[in-house]
Amino acid sequence: MSALASLPPKPLVATAAASLASRARWKPAEIAFWLATVASIFLLPSKHLILTEIAILGLFALSLDLILGYAGIVSLGHAAFFGFGAYAAGILAKYGIIKEPVLALLASGVLAAALGFVTSFLVLRGSDLTRLMVTLGVALVLREIANQLDITGGADGLQGVVMEPILGHFPFDMFGRTAYIYSLVTLFVLFLIARRIVNSPFGLSLRSIKGNPLRAAAIGIHVNGRLVTIYTIAAAYAGIAGALLTQSTQFASLSVLDFERSADVMLIVIIGGTGYLYGGLIGAVLFKLVQDYLANVNPQYWQFWLGLILVMMIMFGRVYGAIMAALIFAICTWTRLPFMQSIVFTLVVLAVLGIARPQILAVTSRITERAAAIQTRLRARLARKPAER
Amino acid sequence: MAPALQTQGLVKQFGGIIATNDVTLTVEKGARHALIGPNGAGKTTVINLLTGVLRPTAGRIVLEGRDITDLEAYKRVGLGLARTFQINQLFADLTPLETIGLAVSERMQLGRQWWRLPGSKPVVIEESVDILNRFGLTDAMNERTATLPYGKQRLLEIALAIACRPNVLLLDEPAAGVPEAERHGILDAVAALPSDVTVLLIEHDMDIVFSFADRISVLVNGELFVEGTPEEVAQDPRVKAVYLGEEAHDA
Repeated sequence: MSALASLPPKPLVATAAASLASRARWKPAEIAFWLATVASIFLLPSKHLILTEIAILGLFALSLDLILGYAGIVSLGHAAFFGFGAYAAGILAKYGIIKEPVLALLASGVLAAALGFVTSFLVLRGSDLTRLMVTLGVALVLREIANQLDITGGADGLQGVVMEPILGHFPFDMFGRTAYIYSLVTLFVLFLIARRIVNSPFGLSLRSIKGNPLRAAAIGIHVNGRLVTIYTIAAAYAGIAGALLTQSTQFASLSVLDFERSADVMLIVIIGGTGYLYGGLIGAVLFKLVQDYLANVNPQYWQFWLGLILVMMIMFGRVYGAIMAALIFAICTWTRLPFMQSIVFTLVVLAVLGIARPQILAVTSRITERAAAIQTRLRARLARKPAER
Repeated sequence: MAPALQTQGLVKQFGGIIATNDVTLTVEKGARHALIGPNGAGKTTVINLLTGVLRPTAGRIVLEGRDITDLEAYKRVGLGLARTFQINQLFADLTPLETIGLAVSERMQLGRQWWRLPGSKPVVIEESVDILNRFGLTDAMNERTATLPYGKQRLLEIALAIACRPNVLLLDEPAAGVPEAERHGILDAVAALPSDVTVLLIEHDMDIVFSFADRISVLVNGELFVEGTPEEVAQDPRVKAVYLGEEAHDA
């Protein structure tokens, strides 16, 4: 080859190296995000229980994002691995097989990974629709097995799980502080590994497979091998999330394998956005907070409002949809409209919005454009300042 | 010395339709071989059989003396067989730099590494930039591939195959859909391919074929019809009748 004859100019190579590395650089918003999570340990001591739930859900969503956002594998049965890890951790603790929680957590992850590896070969087959069916089926089968077995406690759930102190030093307390810190540390460590994975050559190959599997194979990538690998890794992540739930609540029930859990995590990743790792985390925070808020304000009908938010988000985009749903909710709450009237009001508004959707989208896209223009102007001004000084 | 690429009695049937019928083709090392034929002659099917996208109903495929008939597509790339596509098959969300860098690092068996950051191996970057440079793509190397003009995407399509450092390169209508003004860029790139790379060109455009190829095979209805030098093929009355038709007097 004539590679040596036409070596490209050095600066160009340096620029290329820098731009390849730039994707992996830590951005200020990321650092702020993690500082905020650390701050939440100290600033929100009364919220540690729900925060632990959020951290676990975030880890579970991160796991789904690894296969959905990076490899394009859709799954409606991701709870299979979550539940498997949850029961594994419970059984390991209850029967004293592995007493130390961190070791048990790792073991649960390994077990879930093994299940992921075995079932990945089913997932390789066919299109998105087949994958939805296969993943859904695997989760259903597993749930029924957990229902029938004695060792899982069947429909009563796995009771009598007693956790030893973490690393022999940090006992789980009744306020959930230890559990929260433990979950956050686990989430952060696994996040760092996931971040490394998606920014590596392996991660790049996953993105190429998601974009165009035909071409990926045509440049020598073993597509199925890569998919098996990431599916196995994601299963380990989900299993660890499930194990965290069991360890922090000292209980595991059939709900860890519920279809709803698989569907919720799918919604969370879609709400937060796929393919940048934070989508699952942000989605988990929003989902749980909104769910918690609605369940408090409107204990009987909160699912109605959650559903409305989702419909609006799909119809008008994440931000505008959420704002519109919030407005409808606010109107119904402030006017103290009874539930039946709220439903009628909402349906009428939905019909009107649905009919006027093209016009509304035209307006919202104009607002977005304006905002983007202002943003670039501000950024240009900020960038100029240091040079002038 | 074994030929670069050989097929023996290659057959592909889709249900009742015979897309490829008993094709026995030999592409010599370092050749500039063109495979031509009217629309629907089965040219792209042959490419898909050679690269492993499709499995033949019967027959063998031999790459540099090694039988690759049952080998999976991605393994054939490792043995030095690369291709381009008639319709661009690129990674819309990646930049050209990422695209080429990916192919280069895969070729160097670094693609499974998950702890390293891309851009940390100087050899990969140098070679990637060199390839982009040769195809005039360095200006656009950090843009999303989907936003590139069609002509540039077409160049990237060829550059990506070159990044696999093939011994045998299959070009499936490289200039397809490229506007007249940008055509020469593609043709220059094809002409500048390293001479030790064997090229099998599938083409529709007779100007390109006759300016590029030193050997031509004509495929009609899935069967090899005529094979020979450009002069022989251009003179062949059967080819004129069946394929070139009215164009024959131009050639």
